[in-house]
Amino acid sequence: MKPAPFDYVAPTTVEDACQVLADAGGGATMLAGGQTLMPLLNLRMSQPFILLDINKIEALKGVSRAQGATRVGPVTRQCEALASAELAAALPVLVEALSHVGHHQTRNRGTIGGSIALGEPAAEMPATAVALGAVIEARSVRGTRQIPAREFYLGPYMNVLEPDELVTAIDYPDWPQGHITLFREVAQRPGDFALVGMVGALALEGGKIARAGIAWFGMGPTPIAAAQAEQALLGQSIDAIDPQAIAELAVADTAPFDDHHASAEYRRTVGRRIFARTLGEALNIRKAA
Amino acid sequence: MSEPQSSFRVEMTINGRAKHATIEARKSLGDFLRDDAGYTGVHLGCEHGVCGACTVIVDGKAVRSCLMLAVQADGCEVTTVEGVAQADGTFHPVQAALREEHALQCGFCTPGIVCTLTALTKGDQKPTEEQMLAAMSGHICRCTGYQGIRRAITRLAAGEAA
Repeated sequence: MKPAPFDYVAPTTVEDACQVLADAGGGATMLAGGQTLMPLLNLRMSQPFILLDINKIEALKGVSRAQGATRVGPVTRQCEALASAELAAALPVLVEALSHVGHHQTRNRGTIGGSIALGEPAAEMPATAVALGAVIEARSVRGTRQIPAREFYLGPYMNVLEPDELVTAIDYPDWPQGHITLFREVAQRPGDFALVGMVGALALEGGKIARAGIAWFGMGPTPIAAAQAEQALLGQSIDAIDPQAIAELAVADTAPFDDHHASAEYRRTVGRRIFARTLGEALNIRKAA
Repeated sequence: MSEPQSSFRVEMTINGRAKHATIEARKSLGDFLRDDAGYTGVHLGCEHGVCGACTVIVDGKAVRSCLMLAVQADGCEVTTVEGVAQADGTFHPVQAALREEHALQCGFCTPGIVCTLTALTKGDQKPTEEQMLAAMSGHICRCTGYQGIRRAITRLAAGEAA
């Protein structure tokens, strides 16, 4: 199998990459880790005129501090993020979610920004960005803008980026030290896309929920924020929370579909159960502490 | 900045030897290693990143060579299954463990498995049995039922190579 012919360019700066995108007028496709795009090229489901490889842009790599946030460069490899002590300390649930992304060999190439920009509805990274309240920075020759992850996704593999825009950073806002993390997914085999999954964080103040960010994956056409559940949790004392009732609210925000792996009803049923159990267990651990 | 173009001259080190060629941009690293460099131990199975047979080591990390362009490996150090054993033919501990435990039948998936385990155990790295088993989720073997591969990993983790 061979991809259809294309012209290839690998600039070393963000400015040059933006210029390529602008000049291509929508005819360029961006190559990050390639763990999804390369299969599409090999199968000729994607036939770009210009392949813009962003792997040589050092400014798009690595984990750093931004104001009140942890900034992850989009071309940071998943294996590097997984091994980052900084990320493990600031955003433990991101690292936990990452361990479920693909396989060891694909994480060695795959990037954080590639996964987020692709927007596979059952993938962990987009939902984690939605749950934690990440902000996606996009740049073009026209300027730079900040897009909240909750406004980024339009549908399966569809986002609000214009054809000339490049993701230049993902900013995950700080969560207080010791916040509660939530993660659970059900997949047929390790490394497969989840049938159903949920990810989230809860911050406490004086035994009450002061901040809640929770999202589903595999439960609709995009990652879905469990907005009603988040609202219901706010201000509640952790002793008074009924995980079952919160799970009901969380499932009410989803729009799962039938496919050859599972029915929508199965996804709702399993989703309700993993949500209630994960929330209940996390709260019990906190109550016992 | 250079303009987009469809062919490139690339240079990389494969199994310790320098190799250069002028290639089409669309050529995968796997095709380059087999067709241009002659390392037919690189087994291309599904060619879309599912089976893991084509796994090679690029700059110390196990990657699927069907999901990387050869032009992206320009300047890199690549190791294929041909470069894993010592020069005199003595097996690498990973190869010895796989052989000892009959961890292959047709052998098509084996070069990829050898490369993943070799990269994981390189130098001072001491991956746990669980870590090595988890990495095997990236490989499909249709012959063995995986039991021999599991036993080889148990042997590797215990440090008894052969």
